[in-house]
Amino acid sequence: MARGISPTRKIGMTVLAWAVGFLIFFPILWTVLTSFKTELDAIAIPPKFLVFDWTTENYAAIQEQRNYFSFLMNSIYLSLGSTALGLLIAIPAAWAMAFSPTKRTKDVLLWMLSTKMMPAVGALVPITILFRNFGLLDSRIGLIVILCLINLPIIVWMLYTYFKEIPGEILEAARMDGASLVKEITQVLTPMALPGIASTILLNVILAWNEAFWTLLLTTTNAAPLSAFIASFSSPQGNFYAKLSAASTLAIAPILIIGWFSQKQLVRGLTFGAVK
Amino acid sequence: MSAITLRNVSKRFGDVVIIPGLDLDIRDGEFVVFVGPSGCGKSTLLRLIAGLEDVSGGAISIDGRDVTETPPARRGLAMVFQSYALYPHMSVGANIAFPLKMAGMDKAQIEKKVQGAAATLNLTDYLHRKPRELSGGQRQRVAIGRAIVREPNGFLFDEPLSNLDAALRVNMRLEISELHQQLKTTMIYVTHDQVEAMTMADKIVVLNRGRVEQVGSPLELYEHPDNLFVAGFIGSPKMNLVTGPFAERNGARTVGIRPEHLLIDRSGGELTGTAGVSEHLGSDTFIHIRLDDGQSLTARAPGEFRLNHGERVGLTPEAGRLHRFDEKGAAIR
Repeated sequence: MARGISPTRKIGMTVLAWAVGFLIFFPILWTVLTSFKTELDAIAIPPKFLVFDWTTENYAAIQEQRNYFSFLMNSIYLSLGSTALGLLIAIPAAWAMAFSPTKRTKDVLLWMLSTKMMPAVGALVPITILFRNFGLLDSRIGLIVILCLINLPIIVWMLYTYFKEIPGEILEAARMDGASLVKEITQVLTPMALPGIASTILLNVILAWNEAFWTLLLTTTNAAPLSAFIASFSSPQGNFYAKLSAASTLAIAPILIIGWFSQKQLVRGLTFGAVK
Repeated sequence: MSAITLRNVSKRFGDVVIIPGLDLDIRDGEFVVFVGPSGCGKSTLLRLIAGLEDVSGGAISIDGRDVTETPPARRGLAMVFQSYALYPHMSVGANIAFPLKMAGMDKAQIEKKVQGAAATLNLTDYLHRKPRELSGGQRQRVAIGRAIVREPNGFLFDEPLSNLDAALRVNMRLEISELHQQLKTTMIYVTHDQVEAMTMADKIVVLNRGRVEQVGSPLELYEHPDNLFVAGFIGSPKMNLVTGPFAERNGARTVGIRPEHLLIDRSGGELTGTAGVSEHLGSDTFIHIRLDDGQSLTARAPGEFRLNHGERVGLTPEAGRLHRFDEKGAAIR
C-alpha cells in the first residue's frame, strides 16, 4: 500500500470493523439464541446471554403446530419461480436496452425503477380484486407473478448493467455467423453474462424469499411461504418469543446458508455497476 | 462467389450524414480495400454491406439479388472484426464450428471442416484452448478460421490487423493475401493504413467524408491520382505538393512530385533550397529540404547518399512525372 498505516491504527480499524459487523449480526444471533431458551428465559430481565437451560423444545413444538416443510416448499417454489419468470422477461428486455438503445431507453429504465418507489399498499386493493376475480388468491402461480413483477425492475437494471459490459461486436459476430435472435441470446449473450446472471438470480431469490407484504396479504395456507410461517406465530394469544424465534431461525436458515456460500457473487450483485 | 453492387447508398445518424450517397461495383473474386482517414465512413460502409447497419437510402445487391432489407445472417457474408470478437466462453474449435452449427450441419461434417480450417491456419494444436489463452495473432487466425469455414460468398475485414504489432501485421497481411489467392472469393477490407491498401488490393476505394474520391488499382492511384486528396493520401512518404511560381510555370495551381522523382544536384536545379534532416533507411535516404520560399519537400536518394544539414541543393523533377492540379484540386490531364 502506498500510504503507511501504523500497526495501532490497523488494530483499531480491525476492532471497529468487527464491532460493526457484530452489531449488524446481533439481532440474528439473539434470535438464534432465544430459540433455544424456554419461554420464561426468553423474557427474563436482565436478559440471559449464554447461560440458560438450552432446549430444543421450541423447534419440536412449532413443527407440531405447523408443518414447516410445506411452508419451506412454498418459499422455494415462489422464490425460484418468480426468479425464473423474471429472467425470462428481463433477459430480452435488458438485451434490447443494452444493445439496441433508443433515445428513450434511459427514461424507460428510470420509469421502471420509479415503480419501486410507490408504496406497495397503494396497489393492494386493485391487485386483491384482480386476484379474487381470477381465483388467484392463495395460489402459488398468482404469487409467483406478483413477486416477479415487484422485483422485475431490479432484475432488468442489474442485467442491463452486466450486458453493457459485453462488447457488442461479439453479438454482431454471432449475427454474421448466422445466429437467429434467440440463438444469439441463448448461446452467446447468456453464457457470457453468466456471472452477472448468477448474482442477479441470487439477489432476486433472497428478495423473493424475504418478501412479506404480498405473501401475508394474498395467502392463507396453500401458498403461504416462510414469511407467513413466522407471522403466524405472532399470535393473538400473546407472543411466545422463544417459539417465534425458533420459527424465524428456521425461516432464515436456508437463505443464510446460501448467502454464506455465495458471498462473493452477492457483493458483486449489490455493488453492480460501481466498478468494472 | 459474388459481385456486390451499391446504388446511391446513403447513411445518416440522426442529422449527421455519414455517407451522402454512393455507387460502387465490386466484381466477383476481387480484393477491394476501402481506405481513408478515420471518420471517412469506411467502416460504416462495410457495416452497411454486412447488414449490421440499415441503409438510410439506396440499394445493395449481391449477385443481382437485392439484399437491402436482408438480415446479416442471410447475406452469405463472413466478417472479421478489429477486436476479433471471438466467443470467450467457447474453445477455439467451438468458435470455428459456430457458424456451421448455426447452419444446422451434422456433427461429423462440422468436425471435418473445423479440422480442415485449423490445418490451413496452423491452429490444430490449439483447438481445445479458450481464446484468452492465445496470442493476438492466433486469435486473429481463429477469427479468420471462423469466417472461412462456412465458405461464404464474400469476406468483410474491418481493420483486422490494427491490434497486432508491426512484425505480425506484415505476416498476417501476407497470409490474408495468400488466402485470397487460394479461395478466390470476393474480399472487402477496411483499413486506414495505405501500405496495407497498396500491398493487398486488386482495387482500392479511397474514401473521404463519405464520398468516393477515386477507385482504381493501387498503381493507377499511385501514378494517376484524380485529385489532391488521393495524391496526398496514397504513397509513403507523401507526394510533395508545391504551389507558387513553379506551379504556375507548369500551368497549374498545385504541382505534385513524388519523392523518388526529384533529382538532387548540389550545383542547382529548377527548385533551390537548404537541406534539413536526412533519414537513412539503409536502402534509401529521405532528405527533407526547405525551399527558398519556405515550402518543405521530401526527396528520395540512394542509401549511400550523404548531404549535410544546411547544405544548399538544387532539385529538378523528372520530366513527365509531374502531377498537375487546378484550383479545385482536380487533376489536369
